[in-house]
Amino acid sequence: MGQKKIDIEQVRQVAKLARLALSDAEIAQFTVQLSAILEYVEKLNQLDTSKVEPLAHCLPINNCLRADEIKQSLGTEKTLANAPQKDEQFFLVPKILEEPGGL
Amino acid sequence: MSKDILKLTCRELRDSIAKGEIKSSEAVSAVFERIEKYDGQIGAYLSTYKNDALGKAKEVDGKISKGKPVGVLAGVPIAVKDNMCTTFGTTTCASKILENFHSPYNATVIEKLLAADAVIIGKTNLDEFAMGSSTENSGLKKTVNPWDKSRVPGGSSGGSAAAVAAKMCFAALGSDTGGSIRQPASFCGIAGLKPTYGRVSRYGLVAYGSSLDQIGPLTANIADCALLLNVIAGHDERDSTSVDEKMAPVYDLSAKIDEPLKDLKIAVVPQLFEGADSEVVNTVKGAIDIYKKLGAEIIEIKMPHFEYAIAAYYLIATAEASSNLARYDGVHYGHRTKNPADYIEVYTKSRNEAFGQEVKRRIMLGTYALSSGYYDAYYLKALKVRNLIRGDFTAAFEKADCVIMPTSPTTAFKIGEKTADPLQMYLSDVYTIAVNLAGVPAISIPCGFDKNNLPIGLQIISPAFGEEKLLRIAKMFESQTDFHKRRPEL
Repeated sequence: MGQKKIDIEQVRQVAKLARLALSDAEIAQFTVQLSAILEYVEKLNQLDTSKVEPLAHCLPINNCLRADEIKQSLGTEKTLANAPQKDEQFFLVPKILEEPGGL
Repeated sequence: MSKDILKLTCRELRDSIAKGEIKSSEAVSAVFERIEKYDGQIGAYLSTYKNDALGKAKEVDGKISKGKPVGVLAGVPIAVKDNMCTTFGTTTCASKILENFHSPYNATVIEKLLAADAVIIGKTNLDEFAMGSSTENSGLKKTVNPWDKSRVPGGSSGGSAAAVAAKMCFAALGSDTGGSIRQPASFCGIAGLKPTYGRVSRYGLVAYGSSLDQIGPLTANIADCALLLNVIAGHDERDSTSVDEKMAPVYDLSAKIDEPLKDLKIAVVPQLFEGADSEVVNTVKGAIDIYKKLGAEIIEIKMPHFEYAIAAYYLIATAEASSNLARYDGVHYGHRTKNPADYIEVYTKSRNEAFGQEVKRRIMLGTYALSSGYYDAYYLKALKVRNLIRGDFTAAFEKADCVIMPTSPTTAFKIGEKTADPLQMYLSDVYTIAVNLAGVPAISIPCGFDKNNLPIGLQIISPAFGEEKLLRIAKMFESQTDFHKRRPEL
């Protein structure tokens, strides 16, 4: 307690992972707010869960498979209909390979 | 005439339309008259579809005049929350990132409504991506509570609840991830049901927290709630979490709605009353007394893990949200930033420009909870606590048919009252969230009013797939009271 649960550098790193170009003001605000929330969720540690299984969802359903048959899909035109930038066949994005510092 | 139409329940309207006493087009016109007069003040709708609605109404009227068979919602004007995909109009999730999104397909619930000959009149406002408890997080519009326009309608299905309460539709669909149907129903004085996880297909519901999200009805009364649930429930091969008929047999959930439950046992959790406003507590206790008079046995129980639900929820739901919302990449659909320096900025700037603060906050929290080094301490821990919370419900249902508690610790709060402190907003979901973590169904029904004439909601929770009994239990109360008949003066 007392110490911030998460610091500015961690928040920057999380923003990078989340692909959010947060402003400095947002980073500062989230650092305060996320710290308060993380402090609150600490209360989970009051519970001994060493013998408890995690519960991802509440249904006794596992894999749902269907027959391996070709079905109707949306088609190119409908799939591209909402694209911010496109040509007749593809989604358009800036060049990836030539960017310096690209992955 | 139009005033009288608006007094009818969905069932009554459906029956009158089927008999040819009222035309669906008259009902649709009456609703639009109301929307045009009042929605400027209330702000329930993000979009309305008058011409399409009148077209569908005329189609239904035509079938009836020719003696052809019609569906169980024939001609009834219905609103849907704007996070359900429709091929008509936009599907925005009240987010700037989807402001101009046109879905290429209909959600399964939309197909089911249309197959039942319902008339979809518009799409209602919500907290952006259903993340919020007041509809104040909408990126597109402000919605107010029809009972007091300085107050919030609740959220995230605030637009749907306000539209039903203000008689700007006959019923609506909402979605509930942590209380988003029940809490606005409570704040607006109507009925709202979150079905069992798996009961209703989420195909075409824009995903928020996939292990928690469920679609359900918001209605003026219990019978209409059952009627709508009948229409939207059922297995759908396009949603792998919708259960098949072996687990949830499909039958008419309203057939026995007027039959009181014999030997009804109700569990109450005294410790949970401590955090609520005294008026809410007293009103809910009064409701429990009504059940006592009807012969119910009241059993006091403990739910020792209930108080950990909010902490578990805000890790699990945000973790799921951070993954679900990764799809908004500025490439496939939605907002794209102008002049990105490189392909990374297509993602980072598009997302940052168009997501609102609460959505960003939840993505950040979820990303953190799932990130390397914190996964076990936060996400995995929360999933284990989730199991303990479900265990509390399992134990409760061994002793009783249902658990009763308030839906919300307060009545509708003032606009702006909780926006500065996200944690305070989260804490307002204290009674609803555990239900989603346990996957069980619950309903909120109006059970009284506070001194400011604001509605108070009674939450009834039942075992998984126990909706038929749940609705009958709710109907027992409704048949003794007239709270559900009260409507705000606009």
